[in-house]
Amino acid sequence: MNFDALMLEMAVALLALLILVADLLMEPGQSRRKLGYLAIAGLTGLLLVSLGRYGMQGAFFNGLFLQDDYALFFKQTFLIGAILVCLFSLDTVDNLPHSRAEFYVLLLFAVVGMMILASANDLITLYVGIELMTFSFFILVGYVLCETKSTEAAIKYLVLASAASAVMLYGMSLLFGIAGQLSYNALAKGLTASPALIVGGVMVLSGFAFKIAAPPFHMWAPDVYEGAPIPVTALLAMGSKAAGFAAMVRIFAEVFPGTGYPWPLLLLLLSGAAMLVGNLAAIPQTNLKRMLAYSSVAQAGYLLTGMLSGGFAGVKGVLFYLMIYVFANVGAFAVLTAVSRHRNGETIGDIAGLSRKAPVLAVVMTVSLLSMAGIPPLAGFVGKFFLFSSAIDAGYLWIAVLGFVLSMVSVYYYLNVVKSMYLGAPADDRPFEIAMPVRVTAVFAMAATLAMGVYPGPLSQLAETAAKTVFK
Amino acid sequence: MIGLSHYLLVGAALFGLGLFGLLTKRNLIAVLMSIELMLNSVNINLVAFSRFSATDAAAGQVFSLFIIAVAAAEVAVGLALAYAIYRGRDTVSVDEMNWLKW
Repeated sequence: MNFDALMLEMAVALLALLILVADLLMEPGQSRRKLGYLAIAGLTGLLLVSLGRYGMQGAFFNGLFLQDDYALFFKQTFLIGAILVCLFSLDTVDNLPHSRAEFYVLLLFAVVGMMILASANDLITLYVGIELMTFSFFILVGYVLCETKSTEAAIKYLVLASAASAVMLYGMSLLFGIAGQLSYNALAKGLTASPALIVGGVMVLSGFAFKIAAPPFHMWAPDVYEGAPIPVTALLAMGSKAAGFAAMVRIFAEVFPGTGYPWPLLLLLLSGAAMLVGNLAAIPQTNLKRMLAYSSVAQAGYLLTGMLSGGFAGVKGVLFYLMIYVFANVGAFAVLTAVSRHRNGETIGDIAGLSRKAPVLAVVMTVSLLSMAGIPPLAGFVGKFFLFSSAIDAGYLWIAVLGFVLSMVSVYYYLNVVKSMYLGAPADDRPFEIAMPVRVTAVFAMAATLAMGVYPGPLSQLAETAAKTVFK
Repeated sequence: MIGLSHYLLVGAALFGLGLFGLLTKRNLIAVLMSIELMLNSVNINLVAFSRFSATDAAAGQVFSLFIIAVAAAEVAVGLALAYAIYRGRDTVSVDEMNWLKW
């Protein structure tokens, strides 16, 4: 058995257990900030280690679990996301009424689940990865037990996510019935055209659509994003989506193409629906978390266009876009954390006049939102360029046109926030305090968004190498 | 003679019942039970397939063991959250969970 293939997952899980034990050794009333720094340091170390692991191929336990560049790229995306989220959640965690250390532990376990998803090469591994990630999120979403909104969001997420995984499992059981085995390689060979395959495939696809929040399986996203603590929302928005895409791209690249049914057509419908619903429903939102939830539905639509071509060019776009989406997301949510600390709310009225109280944060928010809208020279533009050009090359011109038009629509609701920040009057004149970690995270995220927009070369090359391991 | 299709019919019926309960039940505990029904229908499918048609007979049974374990964890978290909701609002009716909308 090749334990080296599992190295990163085991290390993150051990880190989580270490924090759990260290928590027991500390005084009950003491601040758990040190454990947060420990998590950040551990994850950063692993990120550095993982940089040297490109080009390594390996499989664990008879191919249940694959190690390749594609999985590694996603794992780095998750690690970067988790590091930044830990960093700007330090103060939020300090103010939690109970069980502070467990926040980091659950966050790390969610990351382990995502990493397993990126490497899954078998339906069992896929299921275990999904559930490990989702269960950690159930608890994280409902973390503040005395806050009823948070609990309500968690129970909604639990019921809907469990129903979605039950549907997905039923689909998997049908695929297993046709092929007689569970590994992707065997499924690719064993799946024969039959009505059961259509039903099974559609059920599996709807499970993924739930994870990436694509309509008609997106209704959980606005409620859960609004109810969850902000750092959890940030991780949910990028981690759950990226992990869903990681598993979905692999299964659609390796298992389904040989079966002869037009699966890209379904993806096309999902993509169009996600862009339409996400962008149009975001317009009337006044709560920024809800607006970002609908905007993340729209982002899922843009990302799905990259899967239409079924070639490495589109998947390269997906990988690139997910990485820069992490930075845009972290920037926006870090600013929102500071605003929510100050005003105890996250509506468009709460952020009014931010430019006068915290000019740096207002700039970060503007850059993050415009990157999501795809305005050059920010990173979002380059990502959308990769995605839409791959769709046009594959002959799907109209979905690219739709995506372009709806991106322009999205500029409207993003700029509404910017307008409120720069032209609105502040709702109060208390001094605005920004915790140091939040400021560092926000500025770093903005710098990364700018840098990758101006100089996208290295990241796009890395994404291309990673995408090519799936499409040999 | 009872064959594969009988088991699959029971599985499909159970899945349909679970889905129906999920959509119509108003009590949170009943909703969680409906989800359990759906998961168990998957177990029936998997075990039946691995008995009758699979080339890798153990795979389906192992998968259903994983599902049973995960379903137990899900109920644990679900009931804990239901209790937290009950403490806050004195009800576990899903109709009352309408603080978050639009």
